[in-house]
Amino acid sequence: MREIHVSAVTDAVKKLCMDANLELEPDMLRAFDRALETERSEAGKHVLRLLQTNAALARTRRIPYCQDTGFVVCFVELGQDVHVTGGGLYDAINEGVRQGYTEGYLRASIVRSPFDRVNTGDNTPAVIHVDIVEGATLRILVMAKGGGCENRSKYKMLTPAEGVGGVKEWIIECVKTAGPDACPPLILGVGVGGTFEQAALLSKKALFREVGSRNPDATIDAIEQELLDRANRTGIGPQGYGGDTTAFGIHILTFPCHITSLPVAVTIECHAHRHKEVTL
Amino acid sequence: MSVTTAADGFKDVRPPLSDADIEQLKAGDRVRITGVLYTARDAAHGRLWPLIEQGKVLPIDVRGQIIYYTGPSPAQPGDIVGSIGPTTGSRMDKFTPALLQLGLKATIGKGHRGQAVKDALKQYKGVYFGAVGGAGAVLSEYVKKLEIVAYEDLGTEAIRRLEVESFPVMVVNDCHGGDLYQEGMTRYAR
Repeated sequence: MREIHVSAVTDAVKKLCMDANLELEPDMLRAFDRALETERSEAGKHVLRLLQTNAALARTRRIPYCQDTGFVVCFVELGQDVHVTGGGLYDAINEGVRQGYTEGYLRASIVRSPFDRVNTGDNTPAVIHVDIVEGATLRILVMAKGGGCENRSKYKMLTPAEGVGGVKEWIIECVKTAGPDACPPLILGVGVGGTFEQAALLSKKALFREVGSRNPDATIDAIEQELLDRANRTGIGPQGYGGDTTAFGIHILTFPCHITSLPVAVTIECHAHRHKEVTL
Repeated sequence: MSVTTAADGFKDVRPPLSDADIEQLKAGDRVRITGVLYTARDAAHGRLWPLIEQGKVLPIDVRGQIIYYTGPSPAQPGDIVGSIGPTTGSRMDKFTPALLQLGLKATIGKGHRGQAVKDALKQYKGVYFGAVGGAGAVLSEYVKKLEIVAYEDLGTEAIRRLEVESFPVMVVNDCHGGDLYQEGMTRYAR
């Protein structure tokens, strides 16, 4: 049994939160470059260039890429041969969030209750999902999830008769209703199958795949490519000002389904796609 | 005159703004704002609302002014402000027509506004500007001064008075019924 002290978890989460907000991942920077090669709209190109400048400035000035520094969504893959020592795993993660957001001058965006709406002041708590996996490592994936795009995320229970065609139409519908509100160019995380909560969880997990990468499943990859092309033909464009770059990626994860069900969850992510991971 | 067209095609806007100023702004115009902006988002609007309903004096005089929907990230030592991009405008739709009726001239946000807001922009001569969402680091460079003027306990959601120089925005909805989102999408849909 390998021991990992909670202080290592706290330190790792603190760094992930700060880095995610200040340093946009290379997959996003490449997506901006690629889009500028094909974008026809002048307003669209202007937005994409501004976002490149924004990313560079955030990195050099150590100022957040977006003022909405997000809700921390943390996926943990805990090896079953790991023993976490010195305290609670969840507490350690939240302490890392607290330190990262306070010391990193990141915005506190979380209220303690959806009803009384008093700000917790340090961006805690995080939303934490733990999977037990084989092995003796602890993998932590962190996403700083923006609220504006999250508000445009959607869920639908389709019928099996509606099939793959129905799923495709629903995803395109989600792109259109997200529109300018969700800060396009977008990334869509899609979860299909499982139960109600499983599909929603998959839609978040799907966002961790590298933007611009292909789905290893050829059938699903073809669906993703078709939908990405359709999304970019809607005309919404960067920031909704009109153009050819409405989405950078559509990532689909599936799970086995009940004979009666076809759940589809779509998490909408904006171009401020801030995600980092570490393995302890 | 508080709206002038520069040689590079940009329109320079200096609040306070009049009806005549607003009439010159058209959907799709690229605009630079120099002067005062007031920040307010969900929680600040929530506190202004009962005052408006009861006809009481607001903590800021909105006549001729521009409200920027934003909640900045904290400033680092030596900085004026942290990251300061726009938040989604439609969450303030409930409050905007009444503020326009009181003389507010413009709002800055991102994303669609509801029909009631678009109608109020025509009726009371107002404009909705879009700033680039997620570009908060770049936009912070245009802020030259910042002070909290109301509801300090709301933290990032407090009302702040900003002084900005050449702050870049686009006209999304004008007072003539123009809608950049609609026009842009129609033009590039394939």
